[in-house]
Amino acid sequence: MKVLLRNPRRDLELVGSRRVHALLAELGLSREAHLVIRNGTLVPGDELLGADDEVEIRPVVSGG
Amino acid sequence: MKCRTCRGPAIIDLPRHNANFCAEHFVELCRRQVQKAIDYHRMFSREDRILVAVSGGKDSLAVWDVLGELGYRADGYFVALGIGEYSEHSREITENFARERGLNLRIESLREDHGFDVPTAAKVTGRVPCSACGLSKRHLFDRAARDGGYDVVVTGHNLDDEAAVLFGNTLRWDVEYLARQMPVLPAEHGFPRKAKPLVRLGERETAAWCIVRGIDYVIEECPMAAGNRHLQFKELLNTLEESSPGAKAAFHAGFVDRMLPLLASSDRKSEVHRCVRCDAPTGGESEICAFCRLVERTRGHDAVPVEMLLSKKARRRAASQGE
Repeated sequence: MKVLLRNPRRDLELVGSRRVHALLAELGLSREAHLVIRNGTLVPGDELLGADDEVEIRPVVSGG
Repeated sequence: MKCRTCRGPAIIDLPRHNANFCAEHFVELCRRQVQKAIDYHRMFSREDRILVAVSGGKDSLAVWDVLGELGYRADGYFVALGIGEYSEHSREITENFARERGLNLRIESLREDHGFDVPTAAKVTGRVPCSACGLSKRHLFDRAARDGGYDVVVTGHNLDDEAAVLFGNTLRWDVEYLARQMPVLPAEHGFPRKAKPLVRLGERETAAWCIVRGIDYVIEECPMAAGNRHLQFKELLNTLEESSPGAKAAFHAGFVDRMLPLLASSDRKSEVHRCVRCDAPTGGESEICAFCRLVERTRGHDAVPVEMLLSKKARRRAASQGE
């Protein structure tokens, strides 16, 4: 699975499938502070992400 | 996960509502929450002329978008802060948003119109950049509202912003700031009314609104804000929220409903007079307002590049954002 992370921008390549919540936990990212997007569409926490999916993890916290 | 309303596939889970929603019903939920905030706090009516303070970020574009959806008349106002490529990108995003929707947008530039920018102000005054930024934006939004005959200035402050500010004010027991942390501040002493229609939406929801509605917004964090206290408070509150969904909303709503009435008598704004330079209302002892003093100190100073103010870590981050 290809994963795009932001702030700072970087790409990860992960082997195998996992659920959205498991992916965030594995990367040490807060569920409250991120959204996950697959092919331009938001996916909820229990969604299963496939090994071939391209996924973006979008941080939502702004500091103004 | 299934949508609570239609049982179709959900796109988002919202633990504090103990519910999941599809795109259509998520948008409906957000509209309802914003309308509820506007009505409950009597923020403004559909006859009012509204000026939205826009930055190109998710919250200000979301609030401008949702107000249009709900039938309110709202124009946008953008202040170019001169924070390098970040500000240029923000301006482009905001202009595109307004143009694509046929909305009125006014732009003011700190550098072109007032002879300074945020990095230069921070360097010259020795204060954190967020301080010069906030001071300038508040002054210019107020003035734009007065000059343009607007009834109210709307900002994109969301539930997370308000809970984090409340947390900070409470840690310091800053009674004066607490007394003024209202979802709507009435017009007084020449200051315009100010409203925060997104106080019932978390920033995960405002970001999701933008994604679902196809709104292109500035995802990158302001390079000057990295690591500020406000972000630390948000992180703490999000840790709490994960184990106790609804904690942020309960903290903020409880304050608004039960503490603000008790604090009403503490809201003693110091004597307000007119700035001798720009005629803006000002509460300080000086006869010149804080913005005019800032202009006076910084105008003509060589422009300070953003990079000069960033830590090594922040410079690496800024470089990677530009890739």
